[in-house]
Amino acid sequence: MQRKRTLAQQDMLVGFALILPSFLIILGISLQPILSTLYLSLFEVPRGINLQNTFVGLGNYISLLSEPIFWATIGRTFYFTVISVGTELVLGLAIAQLIHAHPPGWQFLRTSLIIPWAVPTIVNGTMWRWIYNADYGALNGLLFQLGLIDKYIPWLTRPDMAMNLVILADIWHSVPFIALILQAALATLPPDLEEAASVDGATAIQYFWFIRLPLLRPAILVALIIRTVEAFRAFDLIYVITNGGPANGTVTISFLTYLEMFSFGHAGRGSALSFLISLFTLTLAFIYIRMLYRPEEK
Amino acid sequence: MKAIRSMLFVLIALVILVSVVGCQPKQPTGPATIRVLTMEQAGPTVDEMNSIVAEFNKANPDIKVEIEYVAYDALHDKITTAMASNPPAYDVFLGDDIWYAEFAKSGYALDVTDRISKDMHDKIFPAAWDITTVNSKVYGMPWLLDEKYFFYNEDLLKQAGFDAPPSTWEELLAQSKVLKDQGVVEYPMVWSWGQYEAAICDWVILLYGNGGSLVDDKGAPAFNSPVGVKTLSWMVQTIDDGYTNPASISYVEEDVRNVFSQGNAAFAVNWTYMYDLVNFNDKESKVTGKIKMALMPGFEGSGAQSASINGSMGFSVAATSPNPDAAWKYIEFLTSESIQNQYSAHLLPMRSTSYDGENLTKLEAYTPANAVTVPMFNEQFPFAHVRPKVAYYPEASKALQLALQEALTKQKTPEQALNDAAAKWVDLAK
Repeated sequence: MQRKRTLAQQDMLVGFALILPSFLIILGISLQPILSTLYLSLFEVPRGINLQNTFVGLGNYISLLSEPIFWATIGRTFYFTVISVGTELVLGLAIAQLIHAHPPGWQFLRTSLIIPWAVPTIVNGTMWRWIYNADYGALNGLLFQLGLIDKYIPWLTRPDMAMNLVILADIWHSVPFIALILQAALATLPPDLEEAASVDGATAIQYFWFIRLPLLRPAILVALIIRTVEAFRAFDLIYVITNGGPANGTVTISFLTYLEMFSFGHAGRGSALSFLISLFTLTLAFIYIRMLYRPEEK
Repeated sequence: MKAIRSMLFVLIALVILVSVVGCQPKQPTGPATIRVLTMEQAGPTVDEMNSIVAEFNKANPDIKVEIEYVAYDALHDKITTAMASNPPAYDVFLGDDIWYAEFAKSGYALDVTDRISKDMHDKIFPAAWDITTVNSKVYGMPWLLDEKYFFYNEDLLKQAGFDAPPSTWEELLAQSKVLKDQGVVEYPMVWSWGQYEAAICDWVILLYGNGGSLVDDKGAPAFNSPVGVKTLSWMVQTIDDGYTNPASISYVEEDVRNVFSQGNAAFAVNWTYMYDLVNFNDKESKVTGKIKMALMPGFEGSGAQSASINGSMGFSVAATSPNPDAAWKYIEFLTSESIQNQYSAHLLPMRSTSYDGENLTKLEAYTPANAVTVPMFNEQFPFAHVRPKVAYYPEASKALQLALQEALTKQKTPEQALNDAAAKWVDLAK
């Protein structure tokens, strides 16, 4: 019996062996692409077969950050993210509470909520492109029938309006996600809190504001992180509904990355943009966690 | 620590092993599979393309063609992405005229100069060979010989009291005014001015029809000339006056076809394929039998009688394809004279011999649409203009699309927008 390893060392070895498979998967599908993107972003990459890359250091980043089109795109991306996630949160919370109140037919409501969320984004985009069509779209048809407009409106022909309509399509798609998460969280809240509050004479608003909302905070945090990161990277809806138009009015950071990388063949600049997106989303997630996970609530 | 180090070593070895094994190209067994990338838009329908593939597969048991369709606007990016892997995801792809400079420079398209026989070369229009030829090397077979045409709804024009289509854009505006004032149609014109390549095509028609050009003799941008500014201002004005459907700013060719098929426009500009679908297809159109084609108008006093856009495409073999011979065989079949004649309703043949004497009579009789589109092609094609053949075309085009859109949505004046785009073109050429 000449075992050299202590018990702790053995534990560590077993531990490593156990995490090895998941570590390999993470390495393969997440770390490796991120690292090669970072590597590629330091080069000028010509498009073609058997061509040499040129090392340019931070050149791609510097040239991107000095271009007005980049900052205009960042501005639009923030607008898209803030408006779409903000509206989704308010609407999602309202719907979650509605379901939680168990009105007649609430089970049907909860099930049908999944439909917009289950529709693939590309299908969703194509559908809204048709709805928004100025000459035979459902939106003009509906508003005209209701007598709200006396003339068809060309919806997607003004940059600001096009952006808001893409956001509307995104909201339709994503509200159910937030509603379902929050509804599930509401269902786990202990009912005695509500009873205690009403015994103490709390109004509905007080109950919502001081009891329900703080208890929902972790669920809101999760929904917010996921949705903000998604909205920040919004691409497919824009690609299908507007293709970035009119006049670049709906070009967000992911769409710009797509153009640089795939349409223009600037793999170096495209990689730099991708990496910047990762940095932005990481920062956002970090801020949320600091804001919502207060230390005393551990 | 030793344990961690050896663990890391094993890990790295594993990763390398997995990636090496994963990258081994599979040895072909059985019939050689040829994967084809083409588009579902302007041209033969998917059913027609599928039946050509079925015919080829039946005649060639040693080759199996698999065909995939994307929208035109996704085609370029899909090709260039597919070419990044080895072997490439596709052996054959459909390339647009404007991409061949890039395909030649990047080495994506196989140089097939030696595979073109003299007979093939002589029978096909020189303008068709121009599509796939870069620096006197041929990178593919021309296929979709197309240009945009001027369509009008004869019924609507008659209602407004006009017996003949306009021959100039000024005359078109005068007719539009009557059509609009009499309430025959709210927006007489519909265009594809969305932020896509389609906008460039319509712009070329108007610009060259006004005596302008995209680039000068040395290849420097010339579209921001006074003529260019005047032409773009004309476009903006037709929207302001309500002659152009304002939704044109978000439209592509299919939207133009849909609006025109509903009888909601008197004039439209589109590719050949629209004629058959709008004039003969009851399922797709409410105005069958009422649609005519005419020579594209020009602007008065510009010296240009007419102008159109050459939007031809070609089929190429991927340079790194493991089966270039089988791939070329399929392309030869697809572009053969008999297939071209058989499917000529949505795609005009590119052999000059198809337009001679007895062959012309036969060609015109193949489909009801041909009786109109074939003579129209002969009349319009001499006025078709090509876009610059430069390797950076996709980026240059996006800059020009943006300029047109900025002017149409009034973010910038036409002059400012075109000058900015021209500056970008100069940058790109450096």
